[in-house]
Parts: sequence; structure tokens; C-alpha cells
Amino acid sequence: MEELKATPLHADHENLKALMAPFGGWIMPIQYSGIIAEHKWCREKAALFDICHMGEFLFKGDVVADGLEDVFTFSVSSIPVGRSRYGFLLNDAGGVIDDLIVFRLAENEAMIVVNAATTDNDFTVIRSRLKNPAALTDISARTGKVDLQGPLSREIMVQHFGPSIQDIPFFKFIKTSILGSDAIVSRTGYTGELGYEIFLPADKVAELWRLLLEDPRVAPAGLGARDLLRLEMGYSLYGNDLDETITPLTAGLSTFVNMSKEFVGKTALERELEQGSPRMKVAFKVDSRRAPRHFYQILHEGKEVGVVTSGAFSPMLSCGIGLGLVKPDAAALGTRLTIRHEKVEMEAQVVELPFYTGGSLRS
Amino acid sequence: MAKFYTKEHEWVEMAGAQATVGISEHAAHELGDITYVELPKIGKSVKQFEALAAIESVKAASDIYAPVSGKVAEVNQALDDAPELVNQGAESQGWICKLEGVNEAELVALMDAAAYDEYLKGL
Repeated sequence: MEELKATPLHADHENLKALMAPFGGWIMPIQYSGIIAEHKWCREKAALFDICHMGEFLFKGDVVADGLEDVFTFSVSSIPVGRSRYGFLLNDAGGVIDDLIVFRLAENEAMIVVNAATTDNDFTVIRSRLKNPAALTDISARTGKVDLQGPLSREIMVQHFGPSIQDIPFFKFIKTSILGSDAIVSRTGYTGELGYEIFLPADKVAELWRLLLEDPRVAPAGLGARDLLRLEMGYSLYGNDLDETITPLTAGLSTFVNMSKEFVGKTALERELEQGSPRMKVAFKVDSRRAPRHFYQILHEGKEVGVVTSGAFSPMLSCGIGLGLVKPDAAALGTRLTIRHEKVEMEAQVVELPFYTGGSLRS
Repeated sequence: MAKFYTKEHEWVEMAGAQATVGISEHAAHELGDITYVELPKIGKSVKQFEALAAIESVKAASDIYAPVSGKVAEVNQALDDAPELVNQGAESQGWICKLEGVNEAELVALMDAAAYDEYLKGL
């Protein structure tokens, strides 16, 4: 097995006595004080996450002539400079190779932010689809990333890094200077709260991390809390809710697919639109505090209809919540489901997303 | 009152023919934030080391096994709404249930506190 990679903040996590575990080829902090306490801190104050494991690619070239325009399920050329867009890299069958965000840094420059475990393969695939492969560079190793997320994140960021952050709208970013280095501050995240993703040189991340943690409004949060926070919003996790066998249409994410442009996998999606999806994503709430978990069976009227792709106990709703893939006739809102694993059984109901609607995301 | 432990990290405290059962502080710590406890039904009879109850944390779901045979006489109803009591005091307010008709002879299959401490060191 390949050796686990450590982020530039590894020693800081050990000093904070974080519980560390492998994630996507990296050794990452799962929790510090406790998953629920960290989750609550993010919903009420501001939580700081080490996200250095995610991959970043820099594209320098002509978006259309060099072929980036046709790589993803969305148009890159129509993203205004200073904005970012979420979408997918698909295989021929329409399955999701990765979900990612493209940041339009300049007319001829874009940064592509991808999942950790898929970084190397994404790089190979994207390059192979470019007319000019040399336009793409993997800058993951030299790029650090931390996320500050929570209702207090704006006032904290403004206080530490200046008033230019005050008015960054959702899914916009600014290029600025942090601790004397070039940085990108983006109003994006994975928690459902007002928040920022900060990109800066990897060798500056520890300094930024320590500076922010000195602020009493900020506490570190691990991947455990991050998973609860994203699931309460119904955000997909690659490897659970999305993979190469699941199309964006099946996953209920057609909003992020532009069928009026060309991209690899489009023919398969057209066929799926025509014939209907064999499986559909559902969100469901459990009647009790029991937590559904990945791979638990989903039954409807006594028959197996699907599988849980993500599940947890929701601290905000005080019940189990989950996402799953089911046969279309069990996907309608209000449908009663039974979730089963060995002798564990729980009753649930199909609901709308997000599960949690009280977040400060767009405030 | 003497307290005994199982290898699966349950504890049992005897008071005559009645026994209080829970999971150890060590187990609670390992599980992390506890979010759900499935309490046994009052009147249910269990044999030693059979599944008695179930517990879930943010990380995992696990069974709780009966440290001794007996009949469930009482359950800690407070855990229905506040399973976090197990994190706050796994060996005090976070007890799971009380068993009656317990046979002390079964305690030889368990560890006392000192032996359990040694056992934990070896894990």
C-alpha cells in the first residue's frame, strides 16, 4: 500500500491531540474536541478546517482553443473572471470521475480544485482531453488550503485580512495578500454556513492556521464534523454519493450539467434523459435517533429498492438522516422506507433537501 | 460494591441478586459522541454474553452484551433523549439497565477493575 501523505499542518494536529485517520491517501484529522462539539461550533461561530489534501491544477492558456471548454459538464469560458463554478468530470458512460470547482482567475487562467483521492487520475484524464496538455500543471503540492466556516467567519476574516473580504458574494473570490503571500479567498465551502476557502502557498499554511486559532471565536474542526455538516445540507461526497458508476442525473445534480454544450459523457446522459434513470437519489429522515450508514439496504413495502450512500445522526435535527440511491418508484417525496442492516432496522421517510435550513450560507 | 468488566467493555456492579450494567469509560471514549442507545425491554431474559442492547455513536453502531445472565428489571430511560449521558459518565449516570435474578458464580468469567486496566494496556 502506498504511504499516506501528510499535510503541512500535521505537527499542529498532533499538538492539538487530534484523532488522525487515513482519508483519500492522506493522514487527516478526524476530530479534536469531539465531532458534535466541532459541528456545533461551526454552526454557531467559526470552525477552521485543514483542507490541504485536496488537489489543485492550474490551467494557463486559451480556454476554448486549448480545449478546456469541453472537459467538464459546464462551460468554463462563460465563467466571469473572479467567479467559480461547480460541476463534473465524466467518463464515457456518464459516470462521475470527480466533482470539482473551477475558479476563473483571469481570461486565460483557471484553477481547478478536485478531491484528494482522485487528484492523480483527474490530472491524467483532464490532460488527455486538452488540445494543449502542457497548459495544465498540477500545483497541489505547493498549494495550501484551509477553510474558515461559520456565521462569524466574515467578521473574523475582515478583521485579520482587510475590508476587501467584506463584500465577496457567494461563489465569488478575490486575489489578495495574506501574510505577505499571494492568496485566494473564496466565498465557498462544504458546510452550509457563511464561509471562506483560503488558498495560499503550502509553506505559509501553518502560520495562517496558528494565527486564526489564536482568535477565541475560532476552533479547529476535523473531517468528522465536516461530514456531518455537508450531509445536513445534502451535499454529495465523492466516493459515497458519487462515483464512476453514478451519473450526475442519477445523483439529482442535473443543475450542474449544461446539456447545450459538448463534454465527454454527454451521449450517455442524453440516453438516460430519454429512457429515464434506473436509480434515483433520495434524501430521507429516520423516525428515531438511529443513524443509517453507507451500504445499509433500503426497502419499500418489504422489497429491496436501493442502498444508503451516506448517513449519520444529525445534531441539528436530532434524528438519523441519509442519502441513498433507489428505484424511481420509491423516490417520491413522502415515500416510507425501511433501512436495514443485519438486525438493525429503522423506519424513514423521503424528504426534500437540504435537511437543515437554518445555515448562514447566503447571509 | 465490586465492579466487573467484560472483554467487550461492559461493566456490571452487583448488589445482591441485582446487577447494574453499562459500558466502560474506555468504551465510551473510543466510541466518541454517543447519539443513540437502544434500551432492552423490561422483562427480557438474557444469557451471559448474549446481545442485550445496542449503542450508536457518530462513528459506529455496536452491540452491548450482557455481562451476566438475568432478567431486565429496569432501564435508564434518560438515555432515550440524552444518550450523551453515557459520554458524561459511562460508569455512573450513563448506566444502561438493571438485571435481576443474577447468578454470582458467572462473575468468574469477568475481570475486576485491576485486571481490566491490565487488559486495556494490552490492547
